[in-house]
Amino acid sequence: MTLLEAVEQRSHQDLRLCFQCHKCTAGCPSAVDMLFGPDRVIRLLQLGEDRRVLGSPDLWLCAGCGTCGARCPNGIDMAPVMESLRAAALVSGTRPGDPGALAFHRLFLGVARRLGRSHEATLLILYKLRSGNLFSDLGSGIRLVLKGKVPLLPHRIAGWREVAQTIDAYTPRAGEPPCEESARSKAWN
Amino acid sequence: MSRVGVFVCHCGNNIAGTLNVEQVVRAAGAHPEVSFAADYRYMCSDPGQELIRTAIREHQLDAVVVAACSPAMHEATFRKACAAEGVNAYRCESANIREQASWVHQKQPEAATDKASDIVLSVVEKVRRNASLAPIRLPLTRRSLVIGGGISGLTAALDLADAGYPVILVERSPALGGKMRQFSRSYLNLADGEQLLQDRLSRVSEHVQIQVLPSAEVRQLSGYVGNFEARVARQEPEGEVEFTFEVGAVIVATGWDPYPLERVPWLGGGSHPDIVDTLTFERMLLQPEGLRRPSDGRVPQQVVFVQCAGSRDPERGVPYCSKVCCMVVAKQARAYRQQVPQGSACVFYTDIRSGGKGYEEYVQQAAEQYGVLYLRGEVGRVEAVDGQIRLQGEDTLSGLQLELTPDLVVLATPLLPAAGVQELAQVLRISADSNGFLSEAHPKLRPVETLTAGVFLAGCSQGPKDIPESVAQGGAAAAKVMQLFSQEMLLQSPTVAVVDAEICSGCGACIETCPYGARSLSRVRPVAVVNPALCQACGACAVICPNKATEVVNWDAGQILAMVGEVS
Repeated sequence: MTLLEAVEQRSHQDLRLCFQCHKCTAGCPSAVDMLFGPDRVIRLLQLGEDRRVLGSPDLWLCAGCGTCGARCPNGIDMAPVMESLRAAALVSGTRPGDPGALAFHRLFLGVARRLGRSHEATLLILYKLRSGNLFSDLGSGIRLVLKGKVPLLPHRIAGWREVAQTIDAYTPRAGEPPCEESARSKAWN
Repeated sequence: MSRVGVFVCHCGNNIAGTLNVEQVVRAAGAHPEVSFAADYRYMCSDPGQELIRTAIREHQLDAVVVAACSPAMHEATFRKACAAEGVNAYRCESANIREQASWVHQKQPEAATDKASDIVLSVVEKVRRNASLAPIRLPLTRRSLVIGGGISGLTAALDLADAGYPVILVERSPALGGKMRQFSRSYLNLADGEQLLQDRLSRVSEHVQIQVLPSAEVRQLSGYVGNFEARVARQEPEGEVEFTFEVGAVIVATGWDPYPLERVPWLGGGSHPDIVDTLTFERMLLQPEGLRRPSDGRVPQQVVFVQCAGSRDPERGVPYCSKVCCMVVAKQARAYRQQVPQGSACVFYTDIRSGGKGYEEYVQQAAEQYGVLYLRGEVGRVEAVDGQIRLQGEDTLSGLQLELTPDLVVLATPLLPAAGVQELAQVLRISADSNGFLSEAHPKLRPVETLTAGVFLAGCSQGPKDIPESVAQGGAAAAKVMQLFSQEMLLQSPTVAVVDAEICSGCGACIETCPYGARSLSRVRPVAVVNPALCQACGACAVICPNKATEVVNWDAGQILAMVGEVS
């Protein structure tokens, strides 16, 4: 199975529908920092440029906000595509250039797995302990707490077990076979 | 003395907005030969025509001048109204005071009014000298010549034969069927070309009204509409045999030829056996063992289609859009993905032109259901390096520069007019456009006619077309011929050139000067004779004749001098 096919299957998205209108990238809040942007990620997948996609920071910069999917005229939901690409990158052993990105990714899922939802304060403390960079962004964090934007204590939702099961089912296990390189990338590179 | 009626039209404000029509009426009414003059808002309307008819009855008019628009607009209308009241149609003339006075002199209304009065009075001088005439009646041969045995020619021949008119079907190659024979399948219904043709081919070969001449070419066409004589040369084992046929109409369905690959060298045309054109790819799809690439017989795993290869490129190729390629490529890419499901197909396109019922959906399906990758951008270069094809292109939508190494490249090169069509056009006295496609009489209203009466066009001889359009044109050309053949006699305008045999010296100057080939020397005695079917009444003969032995009926020297005398 090629990476394109694996991603389509895992994300339940049909990327052949993309006609490169760029609306996704135009609306993406993270696109300024991305190397390609969601539209070109699709095109590179179609062209079999798997290594360029998996090695790009774009999958780790995607916040999963879903703006791209809301804007897409062909109904492609890009957030699960990016999530599938992160999973494929982990399975294939490709790590993001910024190691903090992977730590943050794992902590976020860990918090969500235990609470059934996100809790920013917990995530922040865990990430600071993990990264060792204790004092960055501290001022804005305090202001957010004082304004009541971030609750100090975590709250666990009633259906947290179902959320945890969903995340477990979706997380690639170690030893899962990576995607084979597509015929296109073999022949075209 | 004549009794001329003058009718001045306002044409709404088109004429009356500039001219003083009452003054024009007064000027005309003052002419001694004018018995009645009037004006009306719209002469061409039913009440306007009724005004003319009533005046003819009440004032016993024997000639009519309608001062209105160009005779190209309504001369026939007014002549019909006159004929209904017993005034000979050729005793009714139009005086064009709209295009020639009110429209062109809007800022000088007084001078324009004077000019309009002059125009009207000069036409009064002409019409009172007009002879009463009847249309010339000519016999016609109800047999037609169809040149080209492709889908449009076959359609035209069958339609005519089914209507009961015999057809001579001339085909240059040894077999009927044309290019469609080589098509693996057609778009939309995916029937293969041969299968689509089969019914027509067998009906043509069995039809009692159709005589098929394969391996034959038209060498000469003489005569005129309804009465052509065609010389056809046929290649036979023992040599060339020539036939002569009398036909009343000709349908030119000569089709197209592929663009030589060598003419797209920047796309590697001719440099590698695996760089082919779409027609070659059609034949490859038809191979009984399945699709194999020409160089080594392997199944190609990466196929790149390049659209507009040599077309829409006035610098390096042809300027026109070949029209069918977008659909052909979509069909071929789909067919490839069906035959080789694990292979990949991508299409470089400039833009997709899929006008036609169901066409856009068909192309969309190629991308969405068959996984064909459409890349919008130009291919800069295709070349063979050590036997490997390298293709450089750009995907302008994603901005990615691509360098691909496909194992088959299909170039969608343009359709060219069939080889030899220029020479045929000269034989048939029809014209071709700057790209070599035959010219229709009017780009919108007369698409299957030529400017030579009795010669019609069908299919790709006139420009690139797909199968349904070629079939429609074949049928349309056949209908035009049937319309011609349904007449009992050919009616021809009697206002043609005539020769006064008593004065003509037979010098032949008029024969050379006639642009329509309507004049020749009599076989009986040394005087010029006119073929009224070919004469277009241009008057070139009357000007060139040193003895004033020839003139155009109802445009004789006396009339012209009287008209000039009126305005000077």
